[in-house]
Amino acid sequence: MVLALLAAAVLLGVLAWFVGAPLRHPAAVEPGGGDERRALDAARDAKYQEIRDTELDYRTGKLSEEDFRAIDRRLRAEAVEILHALDALR
Amino acid sequence: MNSGRKRRVRLVVCLALALALAAGLIYTSFSAAAQALSPTQLLREAKPGVTYQLTGTVVAGSVRRLPDGLLDFRLADRAGARRSIAVRYSGAVPDPFRVGRELIVTGTVRSASFVASPGSMITKCPSKYSPAK
Amino acid sequence: MALAGRAALVIALLTSLCGVGMSLYGARTGRRELVEVGRRCVYGLAGVLTFAFVILEVAFVANDFAYNTVANNSSLTTPLFYRAAAMWGSQEGSLLLWVWLLSLWSSLAVFLTRNRLKEIVPYAVAVLLGFATFFTSMLVFLVTPFATSSPAPANGAGLDPLLRNPSMMIHPPMLYSGYTFFTIPFAFAVGALITRRVDAEWIQLARRFALASWLFLGIGIVLGAHWAYYEIGWGGYWGWDAVENAALMPWLISTAFLHSLMIQEKRGMLKVWNASLVLGASTLAIVGTFLVRSGVLSSIHAFGASTLGVPFVILIAVMVVGSIYLVVSRRDVLRSEHQLDSLISREAAFMLNNIVLVALAFVIFWGTFFPLISGAVTGTESEVGAPWFDRYTVPLALALVALAGIGPIIPWRRATLAHLRRNFALPLAAAALILVLSFTTLGISSSPATVTLFCAVAFVLTSIGQEFWRGFIARRAMSSEAPPLALLSMIRRNRRRYGGYIVHVGIAILLLGIAASSTFTHTAFTNLARGRSTTLGGYRMTNVRPTASIVTDPTSTGALLTLGVILRVTRDGRYVMTLHPTAEFYPDASGAEGPVGSLIAGDQVSELSLNTSLRRDISAAIDAAEIQTALQGEINQANALVVKDRAAGPAKQTELSYFLLAAIARGYLHDPPTAPLKLASTPLVVWLWIGALIVLAGGLIAIWPPPGAMTGRVRARYLARVAQELGRA
Repeated sequence: MVLALLAAAVLLGVLAWFVGAPLRHPAAVEPGGGDERRALDAARDAKYQEIRDTELDYRTGKLSEEDFRAIDRRLRAEAVEILHALDALR
Repeated sequence: MNSGRKRRVRLVVCLALALALAAGLIYTSFSAAAQALSPTQLLREAKPGVTYQLTGTVVAGSVRRLPDGLLDFRLADRAGARRSIAVRYSGAVPDPFRVGRELIVTGTVRSASFVASPGSMITKCPSKYSPAK
Repeated sequence: MALAGRAALVIALLTSLCGVGMSLYGARTGRRELVEVGRRCVYGLAGVLTFAFVILEVAFVANDFAYNTVANNSSLTTPLFYRAAAMWGSQEGSLLLWVWLLSLWSSLAVFLTRNRLKEIVPYAVAVLLGFATFFTSMLVFLVTPFATSSPAPANGAGLDPLLRNPSMMIHPPMLYSGYTFFTIPFAFAVGALITRRVDAEWIQLARRFALASWLFLGIGIVLGAHWAYYEIGWGGYWGWDAVENAALMPWLISTAFLHSLMIQEKRGMLKVWNASLVLGASTLAIVGTFLVRSGVLSSIHAFGASTLGVPFVILIAVMVVGSIYLVVSRRDVLRSEHQLDSLISREAAFMLNNIVLVALAFVIFWGTFFPLISGAVTGTESEVGAPWFDRYTVPLALALVALAGIGPIIPWRRATLAHLRRNFALPLAAAALILVLSFTTLGISSSPATVTLFCAVAFVLTSIGQEFWRGFIARRAMSSEAPPLALLSMIRRNRRRYGGYIVHVGIAILLLGIAASSTFTHTAFTNLARGRSTTLGGYRMTNVRPTASIVTDPTSTGALLTLGVILRVTRDGRYVMTLHPTAEFYPDASGAEGPVGSLIAGDQVSELSLNTSLRRDISAAIDAAEIQTALQGEINQANALVVKDRAAGPAKQTELSYFLLAAIARGYLHDPPTAPLKLASTPLVVWLWIGALIVLAGGLIAIWPPPGAMTGRVRARYLARVAQELGRA
């Protein structure tokens, strides 16, 4: 019984120490600035995958040539914009 | 028709189709369903020739195996009124079947006894040993 | 230590509440350190619940019967393997497993998003910890696994022998992993909707999490079907039981979500639909959890009536109302960017696929909840039987298989006749070929549904094969890799696409196995005397000899007496296989059947003997109860002998009982009764499991993240090409 209560107390202590760490060292918490950059990274990766996908679709007969050219042009332009935005952040 | 109207027409057609199918589904479910009853309820209100689903507990001393793979036993209410009804069953008998076990059979009533559809027995896992999941 | 366990659960509840508060407050006030505290609460919760889980497991393994749940679900004679698994054989134990798994997956999700989606994460954490609060409060206030009795009983009630199967170890945890994992896409969807950030980053994450839940749940469902099949034999893998349906519905909805998400990515359409799907799938997962343990519907799985019904209904109501509110209030961010151009297009095929899947889920939902619906409408509860389910799910499943073949090869936007001719010619030819063969060599023409399915499967396999081939050719044209390498790198660079195609192949094969085995099974019930034979579907089965074994110290499954029969199976005079079905008899503690009778009057389990091959499964089972009835006369004689020997004392009487039981067993060997057999020949059922494995492989390929190095190479190449455009512009 005593052992059980002791174990519970230790558990609670360790937990409180771990969970409360950010409150003791608020400066160590990463600021939210990297968000914008990460969102753009994700958008860029998704755009690249889209460009690849579209080309594969065209080569396997699921897009007509004119549709492919139009979509490919548009996607690359969008990719360029994203790269522009990323450069502006740097 | 401009594309906006075309879209709306498509949407309406789809919804109408969906509703029609759902209505058909709902209608057939009510007519295909078998009412779930306990032995007391069955003895009181069952109509001959109508399929019912009977739920009850196997009565001690009532189990008899007949030739040709037939099984006779009595089912009593799970709780409450202790009426029991004779059941004749054919087909696969699940392993957990025994005296005191709760089970479900589907079939029809014939002169105060229950004739079960072959293979329609489902045994419930006993409440003492809760099953996995 | 039970007290420590209880305390741990209380601490877990407090941690969850703290986390919810900190996350929400931190999000509203922009104080990042509070949000961080919230995230750490998730990790802390996982730690505390692991502590509680370990305490309970140790109690089970060590046979500590002071714990009520151990006493009710395990016993001294239960083998170690099943003792450990018995922990989740009860209401309270399985709840602890559920919330423990929830804490693990939540920790994983929080870890994977430690540097991403900073705006969404606090709300997602709050939702996840909200679920944890709900479940831990049930464990603290309603059903606790740490209830003890004093004095502790000497032995437990034991594990139901039907559950003594290795699948018991893995099926519940896998299924629970599936259910609990669904809370993660739900939490992130809620967070994304609240913060109005439904963008590319969220889509990638949502897809990953949804795919993982889809995989886990799928594995859990297949494992359950597999277990049932090996216990019961033919027809056992699916019964439209309430609990089976409860797991299938969220799986179907998340399948729909995974498909329509692609449309959202490509064309910015269906955003409201997708949000609704992901919220709906998760809600159905909670409904599934609720169904099993509330006793609300009769099912062979139900735990029985309990006090947990009302809290669950409240949780589900909150989820439904909250989801509808969020979707409606955020519909401005969810507006479509494009419209559907043509009904003959990939977009339309995907939408149709969604409609079929949702319709399937609706049919199953209606049939499953019908007892409650009819009870509310007509005053009496009725059940729709399995035939009703079959009638509606079969055509929908056929449509699904056809779409699985059409989707991968139909062009985007609008398909021209030239397109269709080029893409559909070969698959349609394959389907036509199978159609002809169905009536000539395949011998399945008696079932139009099966013929249709076979044609659809041929269509799918050919269309996917065509896709692989064309992609392979394209890859070879674009790079100079050797053929095998080209194939591998093609798959590696487009994991989603080719993983998905493999899943389609797996589903087609799985449904093929289901169709063939459910339509064309031969069964026979017969009593076979020693030396006599019977025929079944071209096979001749002979009762060769009986078998018996008796164990005085049971350690494997715990059965005391095992009686069986050896069957020799031949076809056209040639030996094919030997089957050995057995009936296992367990002791009954009450002693009501007399000293010898009680040794075998407990549970009786018929162990199926199954022979699998690619073409068919042959199985034989023996009716345990009939065997016991046949031996009843000898058992009565033995009982009388032991009772007469009362003066010798209980120890000697027990010894005598075992001795007499052994004599009865020898008598069975010497002069066996006719064997009451259930025989079955089930065609192509192994393809069900093969198809499931293929689905698993495809799912794993689709979910595997691309290696960083490759992305770097690709990125550099594209940067260069895009830079060219920059220069030209």
